[in-house]
Amino acid sequence: MDLTHSPADEAFRTEARAWLAAHVPAVPLPSLETEEGFGAHRAWEAELAADRWSVVSWPAAYGGRDAGLLRWLVFEEEYYAAGAPGRVGQNGISLLAPTLFDHGTEEQRARVLPPMATGEVIWAQAWSEPGAGSDLASLTSKAVRTEGGWLVNGQKTWSSRAAFADRAFGLFRSEPRTPKPHQGLTYLMFDLRAPGVTVRPIGRLDGKPAFADIFLDDVFVPDEDVIGEPGQGWRIAMSAAGNERGLTLRSPGRFLAAADRLVELWRGRGSPSQERERVADAVIGARAYQLFAYAAAARFLDGEPIGPESSLNKVFWSEYDIALHETALDLLGRDGELADTDWAEGYVFALAGPIYAGTNEIQRDIVAERLLGLPKGRR
Amino acid sequence: MRFLLSPQQRDFARSLDAMLTAADTPSVIRGDHTARRALWSRIAEAGVFAPAVPEAYEGMGPLPVDLAVAFVELGRHAVPGPVVETVLAAALLAALPEPGPAKRLLPGLAAGETVATVGAPYALDGDAADVVLAVRGGELWLAPGVADVRPSLDPGRRITTPLPGGERISSRVPGHAFDWARLATAAQALGVGLALLDRTVTHVTRRVQFGVPTGSFQAVKHRLADAKTALEFARPLLFGAAVTLAPRDVAAAKAAACEAAYATARTALQLHGAIGYTAEYDLSLWLTKARALRTAWGSPAECRADVLSADVLSAARRA
Repeated sequence: MDLTHSPADEAFRTEARAWLAAHVPAVPLPSLETEEGFGAHRAWEAELAADRWSVVSWPAAYGGRDAGLLRWLVFEEEYYAAGAPGRVGQNGISLLAPTLFDHGTEEQRARVLPPMATGEVIWAQAWSEPGAGSDLASLTSKAVRTEGGWLVNGQKTWSSRAAFADRAFGLFRSEPRTPKPHQGLTYLMFDLRAPGVTVRPIGRLDGKPAFADIFLDDVFVPDEDVIGEPGQGWRIAMSAAGNERGLTLRSPGRFLAAADRLVELWRGRGSPSQERERVADAVIGARAYQLFAYAAAARFLDGEPIGPESSLNKVFWSEYDIALHETALDLLGRDGELADTDWAEGYVFALAGPIYAGTNEIQRDIVAERLLGLPKGRR
Repeated sequence: MRFLLSPQQRDFARSLDAMLTAADTPSVIRGDHTARRALWSRIAEAGVFAPAVPEAYEGMGPLPVDLAVAFVELGRHAVPGPVVETVLAAALLAALPEPGPAKRLLPGLAAGETVATVGAPYALDGDAADVVLAVRGGELWLAPGVADVRPSLDPGRRITTPLPGGERISSRVPGHAFDWARLATAAQALGVGLALLDRTVTHVTRRVQFGVPTGSFQAVKHRLADAKTALEFARPLLFGAAVTLAPRDVAAAKAAACEAAYATARTALQLHGAIGYTAEYDLSLWLTKARALRTAWGSPAECRADVLSADVLSAARRA
């Protein structure tokens, strides 16, 4: 059992740190949930990609560095420690790309991944529907066979990044009558500017258009944009959902950096003793999350699947993120109410954590039934 | 970087688990001094204290990760006696600038012939110990015994006070030795929490109310899922602290493991209902230990303060 990175991994860290020191914008970019900020963040993705830092864990052929899981963790630590911008390409990079690596065709990977790596094409996730949140099996948007592809109808909602993104991916019901509701779903990629697509931005709690409704009216999706076999969408998407909750959506680097900033804030406010325990818990939680990830990475490198422990992870980071930001806002006192600060933006973002990527209630059920072996019951 | 236990460390845990299961610790706790002493000798012979004793003094240490592995098992089985305090005594003696006391006392401690405890100010289970070290005014003493034996909330522990006088064995107290006590306590607490969770999962799977197992209720599941989450995120903190032995890491591990164990104890009691609220039911031995370990060798508040302190004060200087 050790915590020492290999000299090669340390050299990778040094290289990443030097690049970030030279390139991270001195003035923070405007929020990526605004039109102006979206453009600035897209340009930042291109800058990252120019030196192959946008997708370090991908194969070099698609713009990555073939860095393993441990180096990805190292990169993320350096990335957030450097105060680098939020990643507007993250939905595609962390949700769609792993699915394409596992289930896509070579043609799809060659066509979709390079422009995703450069930020030229920003992807939105289109999982949820008005009648289907965490219960994706109740999706009703339809895909009907047509010449050379599919005609898609229905509505997707709460679609992250969709207000300004280029393309989207999601599940559609292609077989109306199946014995079980999660059968007969097909995984599709589609253009948000295709004829028949209407995007209506939705303001989140702070009014910023962080997500959107997507209305689909006879939208044509060519066969080349079907991922895997038609009707197998559920199984294909679930492998990505495990990923989303698991290691790759919220890296420890993000929380280590946030905890450091919180300690700075606390010291800057005279280290008030009434907040000491909460600040300490933020430091402890970030370290716990980092070490949990190291242990999970070691098991993964030994060939073990990540599996239902990703549900533990999701409950942990989402609750942690809120507690950390609440502590910061309380430390700020009256200034905690101001909406135009990084802490306030982070707080509003964190509030969604226990809801998306499978609600924490669903995750707790998974922990209880699959990790603890408790009997299934009515939800 | 390979942050996983080795196959040997996992085997060590399994063999300790088998031995302690056979030893039936609940009946030992309810038995007399002789039964406790016999169990204490067996765990020492199994190599529980050897990782805390340097090789020069007939131990196998320092091997803090192995120590943590062993103490998780002691916690899982609610092993009574001054187990953490024996580790602390070893760490104190091994760290003294003068080798005399270590040469005299450590081999017996590693081999399981000598039960030791440390008064700072209380000496846990001093009435059962052969060696009572006492921290007094920044000095380390070998006390002539203990007085004032009082019961603990945990029936597996007794609180005693070292007698005055005895032999002064060092004019300094090596503060970092107390990190070993915190580390061992954190490991023991994690084990206590894991046992409470296991027992509660078993209980709610069998216990039928309203015609179904109580474990099929979502309210029950979610409490247990939260307990599992807290314990599984305390575990890497514990082993990370064992790897680095950095005071801040040890303090973080102690706070997290004790909080997780205590929260699990509250959940375990609630989900057992009145059955859990009885001394005759074995669960009580773990429930009360979770409470006792929480404040042993640094309360959660003290540990959290140390996490934020640039210069972590040793427990000895506070004592």
